[in-house]
Amino acid sequence: MKKTMLRKPKGFVDVYVHKAGAEKDRTHYCPGCGHGILHKLIAEAMEDLDIVDDTILISPVGCSVFAYYYFDTGNFQAAHGRAPAVATATSRANPNKVVISYQGDGDLAAIGGNNIVQAANRGENIVVFFVNNAIYGMTGGQMAPTTLEGQVTTTTPYGRNVDTDGYPMRMCEVISQLTAPTYVERVSLHDAPHIRKTRAAVRKALQNAKERKGFQFVEVLSTCPSGWKMDPVKSMEWVKEKMLPLYPLGVYRDKGDEARVITRPVPVMDPAEVWKKLGISAEADVDFPRGDVADEYKKMSIRVAGFGGQGIMVTGQALASVALEYGYNVSWLPSYGPEMRGGTANCSVNIQDGTIGAAEAVKPTMLLAMNRPSLEKFEKTIVPGGTLIYNSTLIDIEPVRKDIKIFPVPITGIADDKLGNIRVQSLVNIGAYAAITGMFKVEDVVKLLPKLFKGKKQSIIDLNAKAVKAGFDYVKENF
Amino acid sequence: MTDAKYPRSEVNLDKCKGCGLCIAACPKKVLVFSPKLNSKGYHYAEYVGSGCVGCGNCFYNCPEPDAITVYLRNYDPEKEV
Amino acid sequence: MARMLMKGNYAAVYGAAMAGCTAYYGYPITPASEVAESAAALFPKLGRTFVQAESEVAAINMVYGSAGSGQRVMTGSSGPGISLKMEGISYCAGAALPCVIVDIMRGGPGLGNIGPEQSDYNQVVKGGGHGNYRNIVLAPNSCQEMCDYTMLAFELADKYRTPVFVLTDGVIGQMMESVTIPEPVKELPDKSDYAVFGTPLNKNLVNSIYIDHDDLEEWNMVLHRKYQVIKEKEVMYEEYMMDDAEIVLVGYGSVSRVLRTVVDDARAKGIKMGLFRPITLFPFPANEIEAFPERGIKHVLTVELSTGQLVDDVNLALAGVIKSDLYFRLGGNVPSADEISDKISELYGEEK
Ligand SMILES: Cc1ncc(C[n+]2csc(CCOP(=O)(O)OP(=O)(O)O)c2C)c(N)n1
Ligand code: SF4
Ligand code: SF4
Repeated sequence: MKKTMLRKPKGFVDVYVHKAGAEKDRTHYCPGCGHGILHKLIAEAMEDLDIVDDTILISPVGCSVFAYYYFDTGNFQAAHGRAPAVATATSRANPNKVVISYQGDGDLAAIGGNNIVQAANRGENIVVFFVNNAIYGMTGGQMAPTTLEGQVTTTTPYGRNVDTDGYPMRMCEVISQLTAPTYVERVSLHDAPHIRKTRAAVRKALQNAKERKGFQFVEVLSTCPSGWKMDPVKSMEWVKEKMLPLYPLGVYRDKGDEARVITRPVPVMDPAEVWKKLGISAEADVDFPRGDVADEYKKMSIRVAGFGGQGIMVTGQALASVALEYGYNVSWLPSYGPEMRGGTANCSVNIQDGTIGAAEAVKPTMLLAMNRPSLEKFEKTIVPGGTLIYNSTLIDIEPVRKDIKIFPVPITGIADDKLGNIRVQSLVNIGAYAAITGMFKVEDVVKLLPKLFKGKKQSIIDLNAKAVKAGFDYVKENF
Repeated sequence: MTDAKYPRSEVNLDKCKGCGLCIAACPKKVLVFSPKLNSKGYHYAEYVGSGCVGCGNCFYNCPEPDAITVYLRNYDPEKEV
Repeated sequence: MARMLMKGNYAAVYGAAMAGCTAYYGYPITPASEVAESAAALFPKLGRTFVQAESEVAAINMVYGSAGSGQRVMTGSSGPGISLKMEGISYCAGAALPCVIVDIMRGGPGLGNIGPEQSDYNQVVKGGGHGNYRNIVLAPNSCQEMCDYTMLAFELADKYRTPVFVLTDGVIGQMMESVTIPEPVKELPDKSDYAVFGTPLNKNLVNSIYIDHDDLEEWNMVLHRKYQVIKEKEVMYEEYMMDDAEIVLVGYGSVSRVLRTVVDDARAKGIKMGLFRPITLFPFPANEIEAFPERGIKHVLTVELSTGQLVDDVNLALAGVIKSDLYFRLGGNVPSADEISDKISELYGEEK
C-alpha cells in the first residue's frame, strides 16, 4: 500500500515504558546519532513487512543497550559481545520467528568477534545489524576495532597507531569469507540517498529472515557525534570523507534464490514417545534368579588390571552389567592419572546388596591381574582371604601371598589358541569369574551378550559366548 | 501556515533534539532552526510553511522516532484513522 | 527396561531429557565432555537442540537465550570452563532465568589436571560471578543421583527462576552404576509471564539492567528474599549412622562415599562414628550442623578435595562451639578409607 504519510513506525512502542526516568517519549540517543536513524528504518521495515509481532530483538551492550526501550517486539538484553550466541538459542527455540542481533562495533568486532564469526559460520537463522561508528560510544569514546588509522580516541590520544593497535577491521569482508551467510552488505547513513539504500538493505535482510533464509548481515556505517566530538552534520561528512574509502559499500554476498530455507525439528515431549525414541521399555525389570553364592563372594570389590587393549575396561563393565541383571548394586570406575599412560589400565568394580561406598577397590576382595606389572602392583592390596585370578599365559612369576585363594587361568591362551581371537579375553574372564564365585550362570551371560555387544555382528556374539563357556569350563576342570 | 496543503513536513518541537540533520537533508531548504528553544533546551527544527515536496529526506534522516512527520502529496485527512 | 548401567555424565543427560530439557549448549572439556557427547547422542533422537558452542562463554549465553525463550536448557563443563561461564551465569541470575549447569570438577588452578577435585566449591556455591546472587547447588554422589538430581535441578530452577548447579567431580562423572531412568515429566510449567516468544500477545523483556539505583536495590532485594526462601525450604542432606555418633565426618560428592566406608570400618570396630553429607551446598544445611553439639557430637572432621572450601561453611555453622578439623587431598588424589581412618585415630585416637 502506498504510504500517505511518514510517521513514527509501528515497529516502535507508543510509550517507552521500560525507559528509566520521566522522558518516556524520546530516545536516550545523543542528538544526531546514527543508531536512531537505523532504528527508524528497522521499525518501519518491520511494520511494512508485518513482522512486528513475530520478531525478537537482542539488544547488545553499547549505546544500543536500550534498543529494547523502543521496539515493539519480544526483547532480550545480552552480555557484551554475546548477542549472536543469545540470538542463536533464541532462534533455535523459536525457529519461525525473525531474530535480530543488533550490535555496535566494539560489541561485534572486539569482545564478540568469535561469537559473530561462529554464528555466521553456523548459518544461524538470524539478522545482524552491525553499527560501525568507528568508536566505543557508550563508554565515552575509546578505540574500536573499526577506528581509523590516526583517529584520535580517548585510548588512542595520539591517534590509532597501526603498529601497536592494528588496522581497522572490515567485518563484511571477514563474514563474506564464510560459506554459510546468505546476505552480506555494507551500507551507510551519511546522506539521504545512502539512507535510502540502507533502508532497502534492512528490508531485504528482514524479508529474507521472514522467509527463514539463514544468516543476514548488514553493516551500517554510522555516526557518533558525541564520541567524535563533532556536530551531527559534520559527522555525516566525516563518514563520507574518511570512512567510505576504507569501508567500501556494496553487496558482499547474496545467495538470492539459492538461499536455503532453514527448518528445525519439533521437539518430542510426549513421555511415552520419549521413552520409545530412546529405546527405554516401560516393562518392569525382571532379575535373573540368583544361584548359590558363597558368603565370601556376596560383597565383591574387584580390581581388574592389565595392558590397555586386553579388554580391561570391558571386563569390568561386563562384570557390572551382568551383576546388575541379578539385582545387585554395582559400580564401575576407570582408573585415573598417570597409570593410564604407559599402556596399563585398571578399573574397579563393586557388586553388592545395599549402598556402595568408596568406588575405588583400594582393598579389593578380588584381583583380576592380566599382566605381570598388575600382579606386582596390586597383589599386596587384596584383603586377607580374598581371591586372585591371574593370567597365567602372560605372567611368569608366582604370586607371593599365602593368605588368599589363587586361580592361575591362561586367559590370553584360551582366547588366542582355543578361540583364535585375542579380543575375547574379557568374556573368558567373565566365565572364570562365574565359575569361581557362582554369581553368574553361563546361560544368563550368553543371553545378555546381544545387549552387551549391541550393534555387533552375530559371529562376534557367538564367539564371545564360546569365550564365556571356555573360561567357565577351564576353572571347573582345573580347580 | 498553509495547513490544508500537502505535502508538508511537521516537526514535533518537544521531541526534536536540534541535531540539524533534517535541515541539511532537505533539498528545498524549507526546514530551519527555530530561534526559540524547546522544553529540552534545543533550538528545534521548523518547517517554513511552504515549499515541501514530500521527498521524506527529513523523516529518514531524523534519528528520533517521532520528531518529524511528513504528510505526502496523496495525504487525505478524511481517510486517515 | 528402565534400568541401565551408565556413567554419571550420561545419567545427568538422561535426567535432563526426562525433565523435558529441550536444548543443550556446551563446549568440550575433560572430564565433562561426555555430558556434551551424551546430549549430542540423545537430543537429536528427540528432535531437541544440541549445539557445540564456540566456547563456554558462548554456551552460557546460548543458555541465556534458550531459558529466556522459555525452554528447559542445560550446559555442562568443568573448572576452567565454569570460570568462563561466570559472567553469563550472573546474567541468568540477574534476569531470573532458570537453567541447569553441570560441573564435573577437575584439578586446578589454571589448567591443573583432569583428576577429581572439589575446588570449584567456592566459585559455584558462593555465586561466582559479579553481583549479589546465589546458585542452588546439588551435589550428587552416585550415578542414580546424577540422573535424579539433574531432573530435580530443572524443577528447582523453574520454581525459583534461578540457575541451578549439579556439582560433582570426575569420579562420579566417569564411573558407571545402575541407573533406573525416571519417567519423563508430563507437563512443563507455563512461562508466558516472563519468557520471550515473539507473538502478538507476548512482548516480554529478558533483562538485567536497572539503571536507577533504587530500582536496582529493589530488584536485588527481590533476589535476596528469594534466596532466603530457598534457604528455608530447599535444604537437603543425608545422615548415616548419626544417631549415637560422637565423631561425625562431613563430606559431599565422591568423598562422601569414601567416608561411608570409613564409617562402616569404624562401626565394625565399635567406634561411634557417623556421616553427614550435605546434598544441597547452597542452601547449606547450616542449622543441622549447628545442632551437632546438642546431639552429643564431640568431633567434626570435614574431608574434601580442596584446601578448605567446604569446611568454611561447616565452621560458620558450628560457630566455634566445637572445634572442627579438616582433611584434604588435592591434584586428583582421592583419599582412601584407611588414610582417613588413620587421620581420625591421629586426631581423636585417645577417645576411641
Ligand atoms: C564484559 C564487559 N566489558 C566491558 C564493558 C563496558 N562496555 C560497555 S559498552 C562498551 C563499548 C561499546 O561500544 P560499541 O559496541 O562500539 O557500541 P556503541 O556504544 O559505539 O554503540 C564497553 C566496552 C561491559 N559492559 N562488559
Ligand atoms: S555516544 Fe555516540 S553512539 Fe552513543 S548515543 Fe551518543 S552519538 Fe550515539
Ligand atoms: S533531524 Fe529530527 S531531531 Fe534533528 S533537528 Fe531535525 S527534527 Fe530535530
